[in-house]
Amino acid sequence: MAMTLSADTHFQRKIVFFNGLLPALLLILDSWRGKLGANPLEFVTRTTGVLTLVFLVLTLLVTPLRKIFGWNWLLKQRRLIGLLAFFYGFVHLLAYIVGDRDWRVLSIPDDVSKRPFIAIGMASLFLMVPLAITSTNAMIKRLGGKRWALLHRLTYLVAIGGVVHYYMIVKSDIRYPVLFGIAIAVLLGYRAWVAWKKPNKPPAGPKES
Amino acid sequence: MNDPEIPANEVTPESVFLRRRFFMKASIWAGSTLATAGLYRAFSPRSDVKNTGAAISTIPETMPQIPLGANDKPNTFSEIAGYNNYYEFSTDKYEVAAKARNFVTNHWSLEVGGLVQKPRTFGLEDLLKMDAIERTYRFRCVEGWSMVIPWVGFPLSRLLAMVEPMSQATHVAFETYYDIKQMPESPYAGIDLPYVEGLRLDEAMHPLTLMATGLYGKTLPNQNGAPVRLVVPWKYGFKSIKSVVKITLTDRQPPTTWNLAGPEEYGFYSNVNPTVNHPRWSQARERRIGEGGMRETLMFNGYAEQVAHLYAGMDLRRNF
Repeated sequence: MAMTLSADTHFQRKIVFFNGLLPALLLILDSWRGKLGANPLEFVTRTTGVLTLVFLVLTLLVTPLRKIFGWNWLLKQRRLIGLLAFFYGFVHLLAYIVGDRDWRVLSIPDDVSKRPFIAIGMASLFLMVPLAITSTNAMIKRLGGKRWALLHRLTYLVAIGGVVHYYMIVKSDIRYPVLFGIAIAVLLGYRAWVAWKKPNKPPAGPKES
Repeated sequence: MNDPEIPANEVTPESVFLRRRFFMKASIWAGSTLATAGLYRAFSPRSDVKNTGAAISTIPETMPQIPLGANDKPNTFSEIAGYNNYYEFSTDKYEVAAKARNFVTNHWSLEVGGLVQKPRTFGLEDLLKMDAIERTYRFRCVEGWSMVIPWVGFPLSRLLAMVEPMSQATHVAFETYYDIKQMPESPYAGIDLPYVEGLRLDEAMHPLTLMATGLYGKTLPNQNGAPVRLVVPWKYGFKSIKSVVKITLTDRQPPTTWNLAGPEEYGFYSNVNPTVNHPRWSQARERRIGEGGMRETLMFNGYAEQVAHLYAGMDLRRNF
């Protein structure tokens, strides 16, 4: 079959999947070699938190790259990238439960109520749950493309919440959270700009099928 | 089927096409894996730290050693020297050791002045000549982790006695060395520099308060505050100011760096206190570096017997 690589969805999926899990594999490898430093749980928490934001930025990058460069093949990998963000967010939560809460799960509600940055992080992660659940083809069909796309705009809120959460925990060196903030502002700003330039109401008249 | 317009000899044979395709895919596998792993490694460097300090000879302890708890095992050198808060070099505790590697501390001088009878500038050799003792203390960071560290040094009280504080002196101010050329990342630290700290005079004169010149029997690694630092074991770690160049006796409470950065989060006293939480996290428990679980934080970091009298009658909630 003479298929170009940009049409080889199966191959792309394997590449995205493997590279997306590679940081987790390296974390496991470093942990096994005892190379996670003096405070391994803190390191895992921080690393998975940052990786969650990285994959959120990557999902938000898909639309601009399609529109600007015409890389439409990226669309087929977007849900996988989003699931990777959810995966790292979930590991981040586990690391918090083990490392910060010391397995005392019952102390979590109190912690959430006392520490606003935990509450924001938690809320952002929970907003990802419906997105992860509805990431299957069957769910897209069931919801209908329009409604599905609308629901998945929650990603914008998740990304903003994630960056605010990061900014609030940093003690004084704000470079990384600000960098993520700028990236997300640019990616969301691009969408706003496109929407403003081209009103999304379809022209009046008979609908084409 | 071949397009009749293309001569048969210009059509890529299927085997060549497939081989080329295989080669491209393999390249993408290899390239993307290398790029991802490389990026990951670049942002999470792991470096081993070696103890390259010079040996310091110590004399036997003159005061009875404060007994460590049965479960207080000294941390390893690489834990102590590989996980540091030294914002002038990096705000990443894992990176400070590498970033401070070339910190030049030769020709060091420590100026001790202010309200004293005999102001004096000490050279590094003067400090290393002071009779050194070994003191193994618990060290509790305000971030919620702790270590046990075998320091080498001398009580600050001995240094202060040499300059003879005046009777009106009530506090001691400390200042860390600061040179942006040696500390190129310092503008991103997010705190005002040079780093300053302070103690009440009675805290500074307390026999537990140490000027450390080494750990594990050797001179201090740069990342741990070479060549000389303060160690106040019953206070959060940030009070134990590193790489001290200036000590000033004064008659008022001196400004302190973290208090200036966040007055509602970091008080002047900053005594370890499990009952007063940091606004962003609990101080009731701590993770001892090297251990899986967490342990209860002790009042005054376990030194209540020795220091609680300094704060008799004070509201430690307000004077946190």
